[in-house]
Amino acid sequence: MIGVLLERMRYLDAIDSSYVNIFTDVGMPTGEGLPTHYKAALMNKVASTSLRIIPAMFRCLIEAVALASCVALISTTTDRLHAAEIDFLRDIQPILKRNCYRCHAGEHQEAGLLLDRVDSLMGTSDSAELILVPHRPDESLLVQRIADDHAGDIMPLDGNPLDATSIELIRVWIEQGAALPDDWATGEHWAYAAARSPTIPELDQYSSAIARNPIDHFIAARLASENLRMSAVADPATLARRVSLALTGLPATPQQLREFQQQPTNAAYEALVDELLATPAFGQHWARHWLDLARYADSNGFQADQLRDAWAYRDWVIDALNADMPFDQFVIEQLAGDLLPNANESNRIATGFHRTPTCNVEAGVQPEANRVNQVFDRVNTTATVFLGTSLECAQCHDHKYDPFTQADYYRMFAYFNNTPLEVKQTAGVTYDFVGPKMTLTMEADAALQLETLQSQLVKLKEKHQDFDVASDPKAAELERKIKKVQAAIQRIEPPTTLVMTEIDAARETFIMQRGDYLAKGETVSTGTPDSLHPLDESLPKNRLGLAKWITDPGNPLLSRVTVNRFWMQLFGRGIVTTPEDFGTQSEPPSHPELLDWLSLEFQNNGWSVKQLLKTIVMSATFRQDSRLTSELLERDPDNVLLARGPRYRLPAEMIRDNALAVSGLLSMKAGGPPVMPYQPDGIWRAVGRNQPKWQAAEDEHRYRRGIYVVWKRSAPYPSFVTFDAPDRASCTVSRPRTNTPLQALVLLNDQAYTEAAMALATRMIRESPLSDPAEIIKTGYTIATAQTADERAIGMLVDLYQQELANMIATPTDAKARYEVLPVHFQDSSVQTTELAAWYAVASVLLNLDVTITLH
Amino acid sequence: MPYVLPTSRREILQHTSLGMGAFALQSMLAGDSEAAERQVSPLALKTPHFSPTAKTIIHIHMVGAPSHLDLFDPKPKLKEQHGEMCPDFMYQGKQFAFLRSQPTLFGTPDEWAAKKCGESGIEISNLLPNLQTVADELCMVRSLHTAEFNHGPAQLFLLSGFGRFGRPSLGSWVTYGLGSENQDLPGFVVLITGNVLGAGNSAWGSGFLPTVYQGVEFRSQGDPVLYLSNPPGVNDESRRRIIDSVNALNQQTLADVNDPEIRTRIEQYELAYRMQTSVPDLMNIQSESQATHELYGTTLRRGGEGAGKPSFANNCLLARRLAERGVRFVQLFDEGWDHHGNLKGALPKKCKAVDQPIAALISDLKQRDLLKNTLVVWSAEFGRTPMAQGVDGMGKKSAAGRDHHRDAFTLWMAGGGAKPGVIYGQTDEFGYNITENPVHVHDFNATILHLMGLNHERLTYRHQGRQYRLTDVHGVVQRALLA
Repeated sequence: MIGVLLERMRYLDAIDSSYVNIFTDVGMPTGEGLPTHYKAALMNKVASTSLRIIPAMFRCLIEAVALASCVALISTTTDRLHAAEIDFLRDIQPILKRNCYRCHAGEHQEAGLLLDRVDSLMGTSDSAELILVPHRPDESLLVQRIADDHAGDIMPLDGNPLDATSIELIRVWIEQGAALPDDWATGEHWAYAAARSPTIPELDQYSSAIARNPIDHFIAARLASENLRMSAVADPATLARRVSLALTGLPATPQQLREFQQQPTNAAYEALVDELLATPAFGQHWARHWLDLARYADSNGFQADQLRDAWAYRDWVIDALNADMPFDQFVIEQLAGDLLPNANESNRIATGFHRTPTCNVEAGVQPEANRVNQVFDRVNTTATVFLGTSLECAQCHDHKYDPFTQADYYRMFAYFNNTPLEVKQTAGVTYDFVGPKMTLTMEADAALQLETLQSQLVKLKEKHQDFDVASDPKAAELERKIKKVQAAIQRIEPPTTLVMTEIDAARETFIMQRGDYLAKGETVSTGTPDSLHPLDESLPKNRLGLAKWITDPGNPLLSRVTVNRFWMQLFGRGIVTTPEDFGTQSEPPSHPELLDWLSLEFQNNGWSVKQLLKTIVMSATFRQDSRLTSELLERDPDNVLLARGPRYRLPAEMIRDNALAVSGLLSMKAGGPPVMPYQPDGIWRAVGRNQPKWQAAEDEHRYRRGIYVVWKRSAPYPSFVTFDAPDRASCTVSRPRTNTPLQALVLLNDQAYTEAAMALATRMIRESPLSDPAEIIKTGYTIATAQTADERAIGMLVDLYQQELANMIATPTDAKARYEVLPVHFQDSSVQTTELAAWYAVASVLLNLDVTITLH
Repeated sequence: MPYVLPTSRREILQHTSLGMGAFALQSMLAGDSEAAERQVSPLALKTPHFSPTAKTIIHIHMVGAPSHLDLFDPKPKLKEQHGEMCPDFMYQGKQFAFLRSQPTLFGTPDEWAAKKCGESGIEISNLLPNLQTVADELCMVRSLHTAEFNHGPAQLFLLSGFGRFGRPSLGSWVTYGLGSENQDLPGFVVLITGNVLGAGNSAWGSGFLPTVYQGVEFRSQGDPVLYLSNPPGVNDESRRRIIDSVNALNQQTLADVNDPEIRTRIEQYELAYRMQTSVPDLMNIQSESQATHELYGTTLRRGGEGAGKPSFANNCLLARRLAERGVRFVQLFDEGWDHHGNLKGALPKKCKAVDQPIAALISDLKQRDLLKNTLVVWSAEFGRTPMAQGVDGMGKKSAAGRDHHRDAFTLWMAGGGAKPGVIYGQTDEFGYNITENPVHVHDFNATILHLMGLNHERLTYRHQGRQYRLTDVHGVVQRALLA
């Protein structure tokens, strides 16, 4: 057989005759008895020169050679992996894609090497070395270049070396024979392919007894393939707290807990879920994540980080989520609400989504440069949020990895290029933010009041004209009145919000060379990337057309990207762990069929967010106990396979909301201008002119939900930042989740939390059925954690209480300082006892517990 | 040894395909207790790409950008032609922040004249007499250029390699790449005098890197670190008791649920407790000798003005204390250098406030044998125009100043393996254009990373499907600046 192939190779006229020479030189023209290495080389040579050899045949050949002459390699690694067959598509290609394809795939052919093609992968390098020698990783150039610095600079040259696991996987794959799937070729990227309705896997008896809906079938089937099983359902109190936090950002109320504990049935769980989905807290919670994407803030950013009014948009998001506005409509209104036929006020407020970019008004700024930067931000954010695509790369040049050209980028740019300038030189060297605003409809009584004042003003001014201003004292009196009325009018002037508008004469859009707005290239008009789903030519050539294209059922990305983010919010981890990027450099989904199933469900249920979330939380997967067994800790510490329920530290706003809720301080007042709770002095330092002052509210606004806290980009609320909140200067898809000493300092010392501790101390005394310390501790522990304190915990906290009580008796000034932590009218003098001061320490412990700040 | 990031199994897993094979392999690695133990603090020491010459950076940024012409790049020709209309090439077809009609040239006043200092003969203005005495330590680059000419974007560009928001700052890249030597203090500390710069917190932000790498501001008023002090009514014994109880209960949870995050949390509470002591100790510069206070000119020196009040000099002394304690990156900001008008009044005043402390920092580090491993960087976000702003050009009577200029400016380094006693790069006779050895901001930052033992092309972080780095796709290490 080898002889035939050699003949064929000669016939094909070797591009590089070195291998032919090798064989002829050693006098073995048939190739029989050749060292394996040479045989493989021969195979590869044939493959790389033959035009029609298909991978399957090719693999057969390699295997034949390997089997015939290869000394069995018994590697310890292979032993360890005896049960684990490495799958090229699942295990190896993603590693190559992530680390190698940017220089060795498609158009990029550094050193003549392509790793996305069979012939090249199984061929030789420019230096005539074999890329892969099946069963012999050490002889494979691929392994040498990623793992052995004797072979030259370790690849990739432009990034970190591969991690040990990836290298080991490649090695084992080669040891196992470097098998490629029969039909392997680069093919369509999974994320750009239409979602396919997957077959719902059959389950064994154990799993089908647990499964609640198709989600569980996908999860359990994958677990079964790993010889793992789902965990049992979490205990009722834990589950009620979990689902409440997950859906509303607030813990379950004592009543909800009690009811569900008494009757923890599936029907009761569903009723609880429905109740939670229907509360206003639902929208307030989910808006937080959306506003990270929308980079919503209450200030401009940059040097003169002045406040601006856009909170109506924030409230629009909350209301839309609470009303379960279909997600496609949610998208269309935010991108192009102003362009809808008969656009109403609400449609226009929605366009605040793209009025959130930062704006530089420092003296000497170029308004056009500022506008272009804002349009860049709009294009990039649109691509990230709705397409899971990092289009940004194509701003200066064709995208290196994904199929987007620079022209594609500026065609998208053209959709957003007709917005007015947002910066204007208003005087001398003063520049101001002047972007389009819309006056909001006032509430009826305020409107009436305004009308009355305005007519008063008219009358007063008329009267004033009748007097001789210079001499008549009545004129001065009238002037005072006029001023007073004017001031009153100003006070009730209707609020405004930032909206998108189009300028009358459309701008021409150019490709900007190197992304420089002054370096104008070719003219382009609106359009979408050719590599994505087609654009219906009948759509208007404006933002509305773009929005319709994005929400087109033919776009597989919108639904996939969106359901993945919702899943990520609930489980603490996405099915795709690169939620900001579904491009060729992304991580493949851990459960591709599940992702497709969810994505189709979402669309088929009329893009109902509430229905989607309900489906997920109703799954047995979500309801599992979140404990890690030592086996799970070893095999799946990040819970990729979901053999247990979610467990993760709460995001910044939720930690505060939860502390306020359990301490009883939380105000559920909804909507309106942003609020200023307590924060340490000196956070809002002047970074420019006209700096607003931080004035901590002393009334209920002090304890409103985090979503309403004013967001100043140069100095966001500091304890939120400590718990990984972004500055909202740019689109954030997922927040990191760190665990730092500064977080401990916040929960121990931040006045926001000492106030909560004092209030919780008061509440636990008041709500305890008995005044016995152990009972008070049980009460407090359950309020804070929704769990029952065990004897050891009670014992420890009783000791703490006793020691603190002695401490407070010895230092009454400290006791007094503790009561006075709360603002005066939140203090309850009737309970200000030495005991309360001691309970404060216990309450502080409760607010710091892992089980308090964790969704589990 | 190759530089391996990430270090934890958790991160490895995050960066790995998650097939069955990966899982089997994963469990295999998990059997290796060492691998499990590697799940440590993200600030733990990491191995650099190659042997570094600097272990610590003290980065001093003059917010607003002082004039390179008046301080470090003297131009006799400019002086000669003072008051004459500037040549067309300087104005026609150019963009300026403020200049809107062709301005006149503005020469450096005689009394500021630079002199050649030390053996190296580096020219430094008489406005900086103390710095003149350490001239031989400086590695001065007169040929910097940047992409931005407004403050906010230019600050972001210099400090994060990108003129808009969202990218990690230099300090967070370095801390991410190397960890920190001191686990009781943050790895990246920020000290500020005057107003916060226009780029805001983003100038020391972590962008898309984990927030643990962002700079932590040590404030000079109130708690040095936010929320550091115990709240009212909580003394140290109570604090200890509260932490002990939290940790004991969390330990119980850990035993029950096995989540390693809880172990980390317990450690973080202990670290927080230690910080409550270590940070005030660090901030207490009173423990320094009078001689040291005199050297820096702190507000605690004998007869010093504003006794004990925060000052740039105090921050320079703190920077040395942080460097001594193994903090990786210390960023100083001093605001007030944006001299569009009244240059003659304002520049000497600002120079007086920073000259002695900066020179003291260099000589103090040297005398403690810390300079060789500590890289001091002096920076501005851009340069200033040789043309006057505020007279003639603007038709106003205010005393003249200079507009922003991005095409040429001066930065310098000292210690940490930067070549001492050199001037690198050259500008034309007006200090307007670079005529020799241009150094882009990306080149300069690549060089800083190199001195820290980091290859700027390999110090990357995966975000949005791309390996991001401080220097984008640019940057060439300037070998001529290495000792």
